[in-house]
Amino acid sequence: MSAFLRKHAWVIGLAVLLAVLLGITKAIQPGFGASGLESLARAALPFAFATAGMAVVVIVGGIDLSVASMMAVCAVTAAVLMERMAGVPALMIVLGVGLAMGLINGALIVLTRVPDIVVTLAMLFVWEGVALLILESPGGNTADWLERATRGFVGIDLLPKPFVIMAICIALVWVPIRRSKLGLSIYAVGSDEMAAFRSGVPVGWTKVAAYGICGLFCAMGGLSLAALTGIGEPVPGPYLMASVAAVVLGGVVLGGGKGGLLGPIIAVFILRIIRTILTLMAVDPNVTTIVEGVIMVGVVMLGTALTLRGRRS
Amino acid sequence: MTDTPLLDASGVAKSFGAVKALTDARLTVARGEVVALMGANGAGKSTFVKILTGALRPDRGRVLIRGQEARVGSPRGARRSGLVPVYQEPSLIPDLDVMDNLRLGDTPVDPFRHWVEALGIKGLRLTDLIGDLPLATLRILDLARALAAEPDVLLLDEMTAALPTDLVERVLETVRAKADAGLGVIYVSHRFTEISRLCDRATVLRDGRTVGELPIEPGVEDRAVELMLGETIDLGQRDAATLQAVRRGTPRLAVRGLAAAPKLQDVSFDLHAGEVLGVVALEGQGQDELFDVLAGFRKPTGGTVSVDGQAASFAHPADAIAAGLSYVPGNRAEALLAQRSVRENIALPFSARMRDWGPLRLRHERARVAHAIEKLQIDTRAQGEVQRLSGGNQQKVTIGRWLATGVETLLLFDPTRGIDVRTKRQIYPLVRELAEQGAAVLFYTSELAEVPLACDRAVVIFGGRVVDVIEAGAADEATLMRAAYGLTAQEGAA
Repeated sequence: MSAFLRKHAWVIGLAVLLAVLLGITKAIQPGFGASGLESLARAALPFAFATAGMAVVVIVGGIDLSVASMMAVCAVTAAVLMERMAGVPALMIVLGVGLAMGLINGALIVLTRVPDIVVTLAMLFVWEGVALLILESPGGNTADWLERATRGFVGIDLLPKPFVIMAICIALVWVPIRRSKLGLSIYAVGSDEMAAFRSGVPVGWTKVAAYGICGLFCAMGGLSLAALTGIGEPVPGPYLMASVAAVVLGGVVLGGGKGGLLGPIIAVFILRIIRTILTLMAVDPNVTTIVEGVIMVGVVMLGTALTLRGRRS
Repeated sequence: MTDTPLLDASGVAKSFGAVKALTDARLTVARGEVVALMGANGAGKSTFVKILTGALRPDRGRVLIRGQEARVGSPRGARRSGLVPVYQEPSLIPDLDVMDNLRLGDTPVDPFRHWVEALGIKGLRLTDLIGDLPLATLRILDLARALAAEPDVLLLDEMTAALPTDLVERVLETVRAKADAGLGVIYVSHRFTEISRLCDRATVLRDGRTVGELPIEPGVEDRAVELMLGETIDLGQRDAATLQAVRRGTPRLAVRGLAAAPKLQDVSFDLHAGEVLGVVALEGQGQDELFDVLAGFRKPTGGTVSVDGQAASFAHPADAIAAGLSYVPGNRAEALLAQRSVRENIALPFSARMRDWGPLRLRHERARVAHAIEKLQIDTRAQGEVQRLSGGNQQKVTIGRWLATGVETLLLFDPTRGIDVRTKRQIYPLVRELAEQGAAVLFYTSELAEVPLACDRAVVIFGGRVVDVIEAGAADEATLMRAAYGLTAQEGAA
């Protein structure tokens, strides 16, 4: 039991922090309830997918600066396709497009041996251009059922639909992978690439696969964007830095090998709710970002200190 | 065709750009045979190992395993064809636990457990995180994992380099027993004592080609060294009169009752300018803590250190450096700027000693650095970036740069770990020269045979205490070994 606690200390800590922040929100705004939770979950949806994708590539020891651009490509693809064809095949195509973009990113990194940060920076611009080629200005349309899927609740009023969708989508992709040899290989490559190679892990393929998974999550993020707005928006949103922030806050070590997806997803909600609280407290929006940054450094610092002390004792 | 060798590599060649790493390497291993693969620094040994294990593809030549052309395009491929390597560095994933590491390489668990126990590691749990285990244990786990894969040919690359003596024994016994049962073993090592105990034959590489295959018999050491070097070097010891003169006066470093709980208990010695003092100890007898304290990495829990008669206490490495103590770690990665040039690495401590922030005195620096490079005999092809030098040459840079700087007290911690004979024999005179220039050198080595070659005398530490002081003239391996084990019967020899 204590081993379990130690292993998941970071995630548990984040969950406690989130609960405290929810409590604070409720204290400041007694009216905060089901609808507040729902809008929080809805706002967090695209961030959560971007973060899940980013977390996978960071765990494998890389980084993907093109997540927001890939999400934009998928959002406009969804909006354009759904205007013309049935929703389900369109959805499948969008997922395929996301996966393909991720695989291209990964293959470029592995084949050219150009550093990941450089390749994905370049691809940030490439995918941005592709999105604008598909749809020059915001437009298109998304399937009604997709929009409905992100509104309301499942059963009781405390489970917002967007939250459930996010949990199911991420679990469907990640749990089977985490349990398989691919998942093990992803952690192995991120932890020590040379040792992984010597252990017989196909390092190149593992990296490509990790970027592919990131692309797939970005497709989900793009779909959620299209669902939330009802149209396709070709200009990338603020998802790149937000996802890196959530990944770091979520206990995934930049450099790879450590962490999981649960921590970063909780971190997404923490970052969102901090923003809500600051808005409720009528803090100057310009000060908001400063506070967010300070909180991030503070939490990571405190967490590291606690982890170190835990290890020593 | 009953005696088709298990492994038969011939005519193997490999070039990196203009550098010919291998021109004609040969190696055969028969059933039940342990073959030592030896070669000096830059002989192409590590390239050959990489080709055999599939980490590199050869330009020419072929590798047959049991008569079949082996398709060893990757470590996976080599494994499938029956050759399983244990590399010099641990190849277990630090962030995964033991079980996950086994799953990663499809290693069967029960045989793995069997071998772990047979090799003398007790109390290992499969849920232990690799990153939390000591290096020696990791080496054993690597070997157990390789044995559990039931290989036809096992390749051991410097397997015993980081192991304490008792584990070395278990490894040698286990490998020999497996070989007697039909396993073929390639044993890459610099340690003659182990080779002569374990191996049937030795294959010697020099300048990228196989220059000899020797049966292991008495006197093989000299023959092998001759083949590896192409020349012989003789190191004389300094005469007693010189040493006496050196040891007169206030010692540069006087250590009294030094303790750092829990391992370092009570260590005292004097180190004079111009002297090389060896430290002999089995793994984990407190030598790490001793060097850490002297380098200012940790605070002692008792005892005193004085430098030139002045009491000194080091709260920070900067204090130790200011007192003239320079620490050279055994792990060269800790000491060098891998991406910078040899020149810069040599000049760094020299420039860092300047008191003011003014411009570097480049001409002065250049002259001293040039002298040091010449002394080090480093291959000039790869001087651009230190990381492109071989391990032995990197180690020469970590020591030799103090030549340019003019060091007062040098703390060398196992500077020859995993380095070939030829480079070692260039390092001993370097250490001696530093001493003759007036430096005081403290020299810990895990290889007892080095003590008479590099040191003037040696303190033996056992259980955190000094148990003996032995003059170099009396420091043959047997004497040192007995002392290192805390056997005090031979008191008279000191």
